[in-house]
Amino acid sequence: MDAPAVGVRGALGARVVERWLRLAAAAIHEQRDWLTALDAAIGDGDHGINLDRGFAGILADLDDPDRAGARASSGTLLVAAGRRVLGLVGGASGALYGRALIRAGERLGDDAWGVEAAVAGFDAALDAVVSLGHATVGDKTLVDALAPARDALRVAGPGMDLPTALRRAADAAEGGALATVPLVARKGRASYLGERSAGHQDPGAASTAMLVRCLADAAAAEVAGP
Amino acid sequence: MVGLVLVAHSAELVRGLAAMVRQAAPAVPVEGAGGLSHGRLGTSAPDVAAALARALAAGEDGVLVFLDLGSAGMAVELALETLEPGDRRRIRVTDAPIVEGAVHAAIAAAAGDDLDAVVAAADLGGRAPKRPAG
Repeated sequence: MDAPAVGVRGALGARVVERWLRLAAAAIHEQRDWLTALDAAIGDGDHGINLDRGFAGILADLDDPDRAGARASSGTLLVAAGRRVLGLVGGASGALYGRALIRAGERLGDDAWGVEAAVAGFDAALDAVVSLGHATVGDKTLVDALAPARDALRVAGPGMDLPTALRRAADAAEGGALATVPLVARKGRASYLGERSAGHQDPGAASTAMLVRCLADAAAAEVAGP
Repeated sequence: MVGLVLVAHSAELVRGLAAMVRQAAPAVPVEGAGGLSHGRLGTSAPDVAAALARALAAGEDGVLVFLDLGSAGMAVELALETLEPGDRRRIRVTDAPIVEGAVHAAIAAAAGDDLDAVVAAADLGGRAPKRPAG
């Protein structure tokens, strides 16, 4: 099946999602030790290691010729990636990221992507995370990066080209992740530290910001051509 | 009989606790999901789903699930979502402390208590004083 055409207004299809997963796997691998160090400061010190293991599994799936069927659409790609994350990453980040990817994939199905579909995907991911973890903005979790990204996409609206809208989402996610530094954690292992969790960036917010940046880069690269 | 499922971050913790439970109540079905692949600590939703399925098959009067910390609750939540509603209704999840609760619950289950009574035994076990009264 051919991937949908990608123009400046941007149908973000299976090609962009596959490119995103590959960029994300590379970025997580490269930043593995940094993410783990962030987590060691206020959590259990396995965030980078666990995410890297999950994305290595996703990469192996993408390179497996027997799994070509799973690459038919952005939706099936995301659902397959989410199942891998659930099985390989484990812990809170595996549960949250896995569920977010699966729900986003189910929402998108095989629709082509524009800004509107990206908003729907981010809505589904945020709902998946919030309904499982019950965190809100300010709790020092990945929601502090994901929610501003979704909000930035909404503000961008369907009239904006996709790479620009996603770049704004990535800027918002990075801003949100940095803004977790002074916060006192109210969810997860970091909350056991109480006030002592302040002064450290939340590792989940940091990895979410990385993932959104990779998505923006993937969309921009597809528009620019191979 | 009611069966038990132990969900914890460490495979060793689950193995050790299952041994304590079996010593107290050898006939009670005990299943566990502890740790991740490659010896990593953590909880895994697919592993929990598999443990729930085994316990549902063995515990005809329902299943009580014990958690250690943090992500254990999320893993159970995701695992429950994958079950049929009929199976889900046969499962309860408790906040009782996993060691004290599981041992007390197992003794109640071995005596033939129903699921509600086993849940109550877990709660009571979690609140029982530990230092010898003097």
